[in-house]
Formats: sequence, C-alpha cells, structure tokens
Amino acid sequence: MRVRVEQTALPGIGVRHDLVTESGRRLGVVSHRNGRRDLVLYDPDDPDSCQADIPLTDDEAEALADILGASLMLGQLSGLREQAAGLLTEQIAIPAGSRYVNRMLGDTKARTRTSASIVAVLRDGTVNVSPEPSFRFAAGDVVVVVGTRQGLDGVSAILADSDPDG
Amino acid sequence: MHESTTLLVEVGALLLLLGLLGRLSRRVGLSPIPLYLLAGLAFGHGGLLPLAASEEFFAVGAEIGVILLLVMLGLEYSANELVGNLRSAAPAGLIDGVLNALPGAIFALLLGWDWVAALVLGGITWVSSSGVIAKVLADLGRLGNRETPVILSVLVIEDLAMALYLPLVTAVLAGTGLLGGGIALTVAVATVLIVLVVAIRYGHLISSALSAKDPEALLLGVLGLTLLIAGIAAKLQVSAAVGAFLVGIALSGPVAHHATELLSPLRDLFAAVFFVFFGLVTDPREIPPVLLPALALAVVTMATKTLTGYLAARRVGIAEPGRWRAGLALVPRGEFSIVIAGLAVAAGSVEPRLAALAATYVLITVVTGPILARLPDFPWFKRWLRNRAAAQRRDPVPIHD
Repeated sequence: MRVRVEQTALPGIGVRHDLVTESGRRLGVVSHRNGRRDLVLYDPDDPDSCQADIPLTDDEAEALADILGASLMLGQLSGLREQAAGLLTEQIAIPAGSRYVNRMLGDTKARTRTSASIVAVLRDGTVNVSPEPSFRFAAGDVVVVVGTRQGLDGVSAILADSDPDG
Repeated sequence: MHESTTLLVEVGALLLLLGLLGRLSRRVGLSPIPLYLLAGLAFGHGGLLPLAASEEFFAVGAEIGVILLLVMLGLEYSANELVGNLRSAAPAGLIDGVLNALPGAIFALLLGWDWVAALVLGGITWVSSSGVIAKVLADLGRLGNRETPVILSVLVIEDLAMALYLPLVTAVLAGTGLLGGGIALTVAVATVLIVLVVAIRYGHLISSALSAKDPEALLLGVLGLTLLIAGIAAKLQVSAAVGAFLVGIALSGPVAHHATELLSPLRDLFAAVFFVFFGLVTDPREIPPVLLPALALAVVTMATKTLTGYLAARRVGIAEPGRWRAGLALVPRGEFSIVIAGLAVAAGSVEPRLAALAATYVLITVVTGPILARLPDFPWFKRWLRNRAAAQRRDPVPIHD
C-alpha cells in the first residue's frame, strides 16, 4: 500500500483507521466492536474533528467497497480509451426500479439498439467478464459498457427505464 | 400476602414511572440518570410519597445494579486495552486525579468534615461518567475525532484507579483505620494485578469455559460468576463493585460480546433501581442547605475537569478546538460518583449531608455536562477561538510547561 493508514485504538469502542488523501483531506473508518462502522470525514479547517460521521450497514459498506474497487478496475480499462479514439468505457449501475432487474441481458437488445457493448457486469465484488445474453440482472449490478458517447447514453437510458409493473 | 401485593404495586408503579421518565429524557437528549435520582428523592424519606413496602427490594436491587454497572464496564475493556493504555495515558490520569480529586477533598475539609468524608468527596469529584460521556460522544458524532482517544484513555485510567480506590474507601469506611486500609489496598492491588495477568495470559480459557453459543447458559453463567466473585470480594473487604469489574475484564472475545448484549437490559433495569435507591435514601430536606456548596463545588470541579482534558489533549498535539472539546466532554460525573457516595451512605459512619451533597452535585454536572460538551460546536465559540488564536499570534505569550 502506498498510502499510510494510521490505526488508533478506541478503548471500549473499537478501532479507527484513517488516512490523509493527496488533496489534503483526512478520512477514516471507525469500526465498533459490535460490528457497526462509521465513515468519518474530517473538517479541513479543524483536522482533529469530524465534519461528518456516517454510519454504514454491512451491505452499505460492502457496496461502497465494491464501487471503489470497481472504479479502480475501470481506471485500468481506460487504457482502451487511448488506443481507440472515440471509443469510451463507462460504468452504469442498474437502478432498483429498472425494468431489467431479474431479466436477461439479451432482453435489453442493447447492442442492436445502441451499438455499444456490455463487456462486464460487476456484482458483489466479483466481475463477470463478457456476460452471455442469458445473464440475469439483479438490482445493484454495475455494467461496464464500451461504445461511442451516444451509444453509452443510449444504454444508460435503456437500463434506467423503469419497470411499468413496479 | 398483603405486604407482597403492596410491593408489586409500588415497584410496578415506580418502574412504569421510570420508563416514562427515560422516554422523556431521550426526547430532550439528556441522560436519564438525573431523572431517576429525582424520582428517588421524590419518593424517599421525607419525600412526597414514601415507599415503605418495597424498600428492601430496592436495597437489594440497587446492590445488584452496582455490580452489573461495574461488570459491564469491565466487559467494555479488554485487559490488553487497560494495560496498553496505562503507560501512554498515565500522565493524563495523574493530572486528572490531582486536579479533580484534590478540590473535592479540600472542599470537604473546608466544610469542616473529617478526613474520611474528604476521601469520599475527593472520589466523587474525581471520576467522570464513562456511560454518559460515551453516549455524548456518539450523539455528537465525535467518535472519529482525534481527541476522542484522549478522552477515552482518561476514562480507562479512572476506571483502573477506581479498582484501587474503591477497596481503600470500603476499608476506611468500615473503620479498619489506616493499617486496615493499607492491608485492604495491598490485597486489592495484588488481586487487580493477578486478574490482569490471568486475563491477558489465560483470558481465552476463562472465556471458553463459558460457551457463547447458548444464550441462557451464558446469561446465568456470567451473572452467577459475577455475583459470586462480587460477594467473595465483599467478604474480603475488597468491595463487591471491584470484584464485578475484574470479572468483566477477565472475560474477552465472543463471550464478552454476547454477555454484553445479554446483560445490557438487566443492567438498565437494575442501574435505574440503583439510582432511584440512592435518591430514596437521600433526604430531600437536606438538599437546600447544601445547594450552594454543591453548586460551588460543581463550578470549581467542572473547570478543573475542563483543564484536565485541555492539558491531556495538548500533550498529544491536538489543536486548540480539540482541546476544548476534550475538556468539556469530560465534565459529567455520574454512576461512579453515586457508587462512591452509596458506599459511604451504606457504611453510615460518614457525614450525613454527604449524600445530599453528592446527589445535588451529580445532578448539576450530569445535566450541564452534555450541554457544555456541545459548546465547541457553536459558531460563536469557534469565532472566539479564532479571535483568541489571532490575538496570540499578534503578541506571542511564553508557554509555560
């Protein structure tokens, strides 16, 4: 790890991990002994105090970790962008109300309608590379799409289309 | 038969009232402790409506309440945390003791009370309330703050110090004199050290003897062990509270975690009974004469406590606003002060006005403390700090260390 993470014991409560970002902001996580955890952001004017103290449930923490991990992967994918000018990669989350939740990837007909390709689906920290048309979406999945700006916007609109039944 | 039905009615009505008071206190964001004390004062000797039939129940309940308060306190900390903290936080703990115990002791002497009362009052003004402070820190979203470990380590040192102070006070109150006190203190120090060493080396063995899987067996096992050890400790003149505290420290890992969950509701019940009982045995007619002294004592020791936190935070390089937050957060006194006063009252050999003074003192600090803790968050306070910092930059003052 190239970042220095500081660990501090909080007797009776748990442990705090914190780090200072390159931009000079301090942020940390307070892990309570009973399993609860808080994301804390420090006040830039008063680096000893937290400006925000955000309690996260297990699921929320996992989701946040996924998003941060996935964006890292996306950064590695961005090499693709430079090789093919005009081709973009984007990460699109499937909203809970989308009509494609619990439906197959093939149903979106994304490639025929927008000429952009869904190259991967990120779910619960795992990456499904080149999903089959029979791949079934779940709420909270994040799809990685490659295409033109127009094509990406098209896919994003299709996936955001809300479920008429729900 | 008649007696026991009256008991049910009295206990039931009082618990129901406490429930309503507890809800009310949460609504206004206060600790319920002052309300429980007031309820006890209202119903006790010389109060509005004396409870006769249930007094014995409350006496026993209060005793269990103290033991549960202390065992939970012990469960909160692991032996490693206590010992690991000792070296780094000892100076802060020393400042804390000197700045806060001495004013109480001197105050008692100024009132013309004897040295036993001075010893007791020193303890009452010394210890901050871990329960109230932990709650205030969580409520204000300050758990991640960099001065929070300073506050917590001061609390840890205080709790450890109590493990030595309580047996000493118990012995002195029992009238065993300086020699008896010395022996009790030696026994207590030895016991505490042995328990800490055993807990660090073999804590997992004690914990594995109590399975964390079966909640019923665990509840009965931990409760039984705690009461047993507390009773033996009391027989040895080491104070039941310290025995319970040590049991809490010796348990660790999943057993401690599950036991905390299981015992919390019981603790809440009996701790409330304990605060009520202290109010019950305190005569409210004795409060008006001690009101002004209690107020003066509260003002002085709230100031010294703030200074304690300020200095402790400065030692570890926390900036000005954080030092004030640490200082003002430490102000509330609570369960321990009442435990100490309760010991004195139970012994009966100490100045009778002490209970009234302690109750008033705790009422004042536990109500104003959480309010004071909020001060550093107000814009005017921040502005004042900025102006002060600017003034200090203009004409630098030599810093005395």
